[in-house]
Amino acid sequence: MAEIHFTSHLRTLVTDGPLSAEGATVGEALAKVLAAQPHVRGYVLDDRGALRKHVCIFADGERLAHEGALGRRIGPDTKIYVMQALSGG
Amino acid sequence: MSDHLLIATRKGLFALERKRAGWDSRLIGFEGVAVTNVLRTDGVIYAALKHVHFGAKLHRSDDDGATWRELTAPAFPADAADAPSLFQIWTMETGGRTHLDRLWIGAIPAGLFRSDDRGETWQLVSSLWNVPERKRWFGGGYDAAGIHSISPDPRDEDRVFLAISCGGVWESRDAGDSWSVLGKGLFAPYVPPEQAEDSAIQDPHRVVRCASAPDVMWMQHHAGIYRSTDAGAHWTRLSPPTDDFGFAVAAHPRQAQIAWFVPAIKDEIRMPRDGALCVTRTDDGGQSWEVMRHGLPQRDAYDLIYRHGLEVDEAGERLAMGSTTGALWTSENGGRSWALVNAHLPPIYAVRFVGGLA
Repeated sequence: MAEIHFTSHLRTLVTDGPLSAEGATVGEALAKVLAAQPHVRGYVLDDRGALRKHVCIFADGERLAHEGALGRRIGPDTKIYVMQALSGG
Repeated sequence: MSDHLLIATRKGLFALERKRAGWDSRLIGFEGVAVTNVLRTDGVIYAALKHVHFGAKLHRSDDDGATWRELTAPAFPADAADAPSLFQIWTMETGGRTHLDRLWIGAIPAGLFRSDDRGETWQLVSSLWNVPERKRWFGGGYDAAGIHSISPDPRDEDRVFLAISCGGVWESRDAGDSWSVLGKGLFAPYVPPEQAEDSAIQDPHRVVRCASAPDVMWMQHHAGIYRSTDAGAHWTRLSPPTDDFGFAVAAHPRQAQIAWFVPAIKDEIRMPRDGALCVTRTDDGGQSWEVMRHGLPQRDAYDLIYRHGLEVDEAGERLAMGSTTGALWTSENGGRSWALVNAHLPPIYAVRFVGGLA
C-alpha cells in the first residue's frame, strides 16, 4: 500500500505518518487524506487547491517539480513525503 | 495611559507590561513564526500568522495568550474572479461598539473579509473585490495589492473607510455592500503624468483617523504626507521640514490637529537621513512641525518603522514605535523623548496598545 508522510513541522496537526495513500496520483491520495483531516488542507494547498509554493513533495525518492507534483502517478509501493521546502527558508 | 503592548514580530507575538523600572517583555505565542498583526478586543486576542511554507493562519486566545485556538483563516472562495489565494493577513479591526461580533480583515491580495461571529467564519466582501477599478491596482512592496488600513466611523460603524497599497482609499456606507473610491488631491509620481491623479492607483502607506473627530484623517503616502478633514474625500498635502517618505503615522485620539510621522529618505533608500532617526509631530494640522530626536539614535541608525509600527495610546501621550530591524522605543510625553525598550527583537510588524492583560 502506498504511504503518505508529512513533515514533522506539522506534527501538531497531523501525524507524521505514514498514512495510507489511495489513488492513482499524488493529488488523489492527498485529497483523500485531506478529506479525512480537513484542518490540514490549508497548510498544504492554497485557496485554489494548488500545492503551496514552499511545500514540496517527494515520491519514489524523487523531489517532484512543483508544477506537475499533484498529477504524478503513484504505484503500490510509493512513499510520498509532503515536506517544507527550504526555498521558503 | 495604557500599560500594555502587544508586539507582532517576524518570530512571534510578544506582550509587554509597563512596570516601575521599565517594560517587562515575554513571548506569548508562535515562537519562530511571523505574526503579521494582532488585535485585542473584548478580552480576546486575535493573532494573524504568516507561515512562509504553510500560508496565512488566524489564532485566538481567550486567556491573554496562555492558550491559543486556531480559527479558520479567511480564504478567497473558489469562484472569486482572477483566482486569488490569500498571501497575508495585513490588518485586523473590530466592527465597533455597536457591532461587537463583527471583525474586519484586510489582506494581500487586496481582499476585505468580514466576520459576524467573532472570527469563527469569514466572508470575502465581494462587492469590493469586484469593483472595476481593481484591474488597475498593483502591489506596493508585494506581488499584489493589499489592504492595510481599515477604519469604521465611530459615528456610524457601517460606514467603513479603508486604504489599499496600491489601490487608493475607499469607503462603504453600508457595511461593505457597496463602495466608492475617495482620495481627491492625492498624487502619484510613480506612474505616467496623465495618470498621476488617478484615485485607483494611489499608494497610501497607512491612514489613521482621529477617534474623537472622525472626519479628520492622516495619511503617509508613498510620495508625501496628507491630511483630510472630510473623512477621506479630499486630501491636502503637507510640507514637513524633513523627508516626507515613510510608512507609519499616528493620530492623536482626541486632538484633531496632532499627529506623528517617522520620516525616511524616499523610496529608493528608505532609511533615516544621515543615520539619525527622528519622529515628527504637528500640533496645528500640519502647518508647523516639531522634529523630535531625544532618546533616538542619531548616528549609524538604519531603522525603518513599517506601516503598523507606530501607535499612540488612548490618552494621546504614550507612544510605541517598533522597527524592521527589531528595535522598540516608547515615549511618555507625546514623542518629545524616547526610551529604548529592546534593540534585539525580531523585525517588528505591528505594535498595539491594549487594555490590561492577565
